[in-house]
Amino acid sequence: MRFFTRTILVCYAGPIMLLGGPEQGLAQDAFADHRYTSEAIEAGSRVYVANCALCHGANGDGVDGVDLRRGLFRAARSDEDLRGVITTGVANGRMPAFDLRSAELDGVIAYIRAGFDPSGFAVKVGEAARGQVLFEGRGGCASCHRINGRGPRTAPDLSEIGLIRTPAVLQRTLLDPSAALLPINRPIRAVTRGGETIRGRRLNEDTYTVQLIDSREQLRSLVKADLVEYEVSLTPVMPPTTLSSEEVADLLGYLLSLRGLP
Amino acid sequence: MKTVQRTWLPGLVLGGLLALAPEGLVTPHPLQAQVTYDRILNASDEPQNWLTYNGTYSSQRHSGLDQITAANVGDLESKWVLQNQVFGAWQSNPIVVDGIMYVTERPNTIMAVDPVTGRVFWKYRHTPDENARVCCGANNRGVAILDDKVFMGTLDARLIAIDATNGQPIWNVEVGDVNSAYSVTMAPLVVKDKVIVGVGGGEYGIRGFVAAYDADTGEEAWRFYTIPGPGEPGHETWEGDDWEHGGASVWVTGSYDADLNLTYWGVGNPGPDWNPGQRPGDNLFSDSVIALDPDTGELVWYFQFTPNDGYDYDSVQVPVLVDIAWNGAPRRLMLWANRNGYFYVLDRVTGEFLTGSPFVRVNWSSGLTEAGRPIPTPQPAGSPTWPGNQGGTNWYPPSFSPSTGLFYVSAWENYATIYRPEESVFTPGRAFLGGGFDVLTPTPGAPGVGIGRTNPINNWTDAVGHGTVMAMDPRTGGARWTYEQFDVSDGGMLTTASDLLFTGGREGHFHALDARTGELLWKASLGGQIVMAPITYMVDGRQYVSVISGHTLVTFGLRD
Repeated sequence: MRFFTRTILVCYAGPIMLLGGPEQGLAQDAFADHRYTSEAIEAGSRVYVANCALCHGANGDGVDGVDLRRGLFRAARSDEDLRGVITTGVANGRMPAFDLRSAELDGVIAYIRAGFDPSGFAVKVGEAARGQVLFEGRGGCASCHRINGRGPRTAPDLSEIGLIRTPAVLQRTLLDPSAALLPINRPIRAVTRGGETIRGRRLNEDTYTVQLIDSREQLRSLVKADLVEYEVSLTPVMPPTTLSSEEVADLLGYLLSLRGLP
Repeated sequence: MKTVQRTWLPGLVLGGLLALAPEGLVTPHPLQAQVTYDRILNASDEPQNWLTYNGTYSSQRHSGLDQITAANVGDLESKWVLQNQVFGAWQSNPIVVDGIMYVTERPNTIMAVDPVTGRVFWKYRHTPDENARVCCGANNRGVAILDDKVFMGTLDARLIAIDATNGQPIWNVEVGDVNSAYSVTMAPLVVKDKVIVGVGGGEYGIRGFVAAYDADTGEEAWRFYTIPGPGEPGHETWEGDDWEHGGASVWVTGSYDADLNLTYWGVGNPGPDWNPGQRPGDNLFSDSVIALDPDTGELVWYFQFTPNDGYDYDSVQVPVLVDIAWNGAPRRLMLWANRNGYFYVLDRVTGEFLTGSPFVRVNWSSGLTEAGRPIPTPQPAGSPTWPGNQGGTNWYPPSFSPSTGLFYVSAWENYATIYRPEESVFTPGRAFLGGGFDVLTPTPGAPGVGIGRTNPINNWTDAVGHGTVMAMDPRTGGARWTYEQFDVSDGGMLTTASDLLFTGGREGHFHALDARTGELLWKASLGGQIVMAPITYMVDGRQYVSVISGHTLVTFGLRD
């Protein structure tokens, strides 16, 4: 007894390449513009120890309400925000202004964005306000994604995406969506015995049925035995972004600011 | 073998109750289990009962009952449901004896249940010591019975004998040290006048053993360590003091061949689980089957499936004993689909390896030598290993049907993990794992699959593996047919003389398949994961099939 889905499994012979994702292989170059260099992270670790660790602690959680390693800040979101906090100080002088050279500043931000992991990588995060403009305009995101009750439901709702995804994963999704597509979200195409073609995003599946949200935003539950065709695609509907690296950084800044209803 | 509630004597007037009573009333017959060793030995002669964990000593999980057939299986309906009052995977395997079902629930409770109505006669609860430690859930897989006593192992590594009639404890003895994370999760095996259990704790650096206890007194009769001590054969397969905390637990019920007077036990992984470099050597008798004399505990033979295992390939599968023709001559065989991905046929008189071949994708080994020893092909750091940590199969009991000649097993296909071995320091009673692992997913950070299912949404999908019922032909080592499921499955197997195969999986579908062809004949959506094997029995001329799904024990019978 075989199911339609098994035909998909043929494609699964190659998940090893996908597994490594953009950190390995050919995709490396495509990501280089969007990241700080490992040299910057390394240099930043020394800057951090010399200037920041006294108050923020070796793990970055020494100040109440701030966890630098996990990207939890009081108000800052973008790299530019962090730059501003460091160079001008905040909280009525409780955090003083630091006079760092530009490379040192880049380095300590890279170190923070890399989660204090010198062997990790740090993605650039830009301005949320500019990112929102891109999201709603030229980026084309708002034509499929919904945020806080606005926009279509066909693609995953992004209202809380800043809580549930790391900057690195979001960046990968933008640059190489097929390497970041979660299997559950794979697009479905089904043809019923009555000849109706149904396209949508998978919500759940078992041996005999599949549940999805179709292109008209209707929840559908299909019995596989009643279908004449059933395909699960490995290719997401979303194409790789054509935005520049600065624009991607801004878009990330916006996405990371999405933290659900207040 | 009559029960109180369904045979009433006609015409007996009970005042106002009459209106509520079904037709007819009879004098109630007493319900009392009296199960001699001879009855267990010949359990296949009384298919109306399910006397041991796997039905009979041969562990074929094959019932002689044939009232439910391919023609009428569509008429099955739910007769009763017993709701578990405790959360967590319900792995218990009921037994049914003379009109009483005995089933355990978490953590260590036994219930005596009317198998026709699902109503409970009594409940015995043992509260495990607060220091009890188990790696993978507060599981208990069931009880054994002998004469008028029911026996249960406990999470705090005790063995308790209970009065089968009134549920009162008779004796309660220590099997292992709870503070060193010894536990008993298996259903005991009774042989002659002894109750035999093994211990869990392979993730905590125990030194595993199988031990036998006098059924009347609880006094320990013998103990066999699954890791040989200094001077014992096999000790040389360990270095330094590794043997003292090398795991090799025994957490699934064994089998017994009375003619050979041998019990067979599958032995678990060596510890620490994922860092084989920390314990050089073959690490006997981890990942082996051992043949023990049930009177003395003496080791008669062993066969090791996975020497120096670094993948947690416990060999705790049920040893399935079959007598079939092999190369033209009848032979006493043992069939074994192992967690390591190979399906083996062994001679159970001598332990001789006869054949072995992969039943799922295998890349940790490139094949088996003529003696059955795997040729290791460890994968580079960061690369996936097939099968993954939960194995090609695991502890879920398979079935062999003498009628079809096929062996049925739940397999995990297209499932791999990436191991991260690390040095571990042993501390008694603490986890001793040697690193960790990740399930191979097509997208970094996507959900993987692990022990049990707690989410009604399958957001890991078949991209990380799926379950398949495989009907293996022991003569060829290949699958005669397969039945694939979208999610992985921990469902055990039950076959009947009418060539039905009952099994289920994590999706909560309970299936009746044609054991000859794999055709789906009937299914019921029970909604909760099925992580045990169904049983069948007969009371008052009616055949029933029981299965546990989620937190419910559901019993089916033919429509009246």
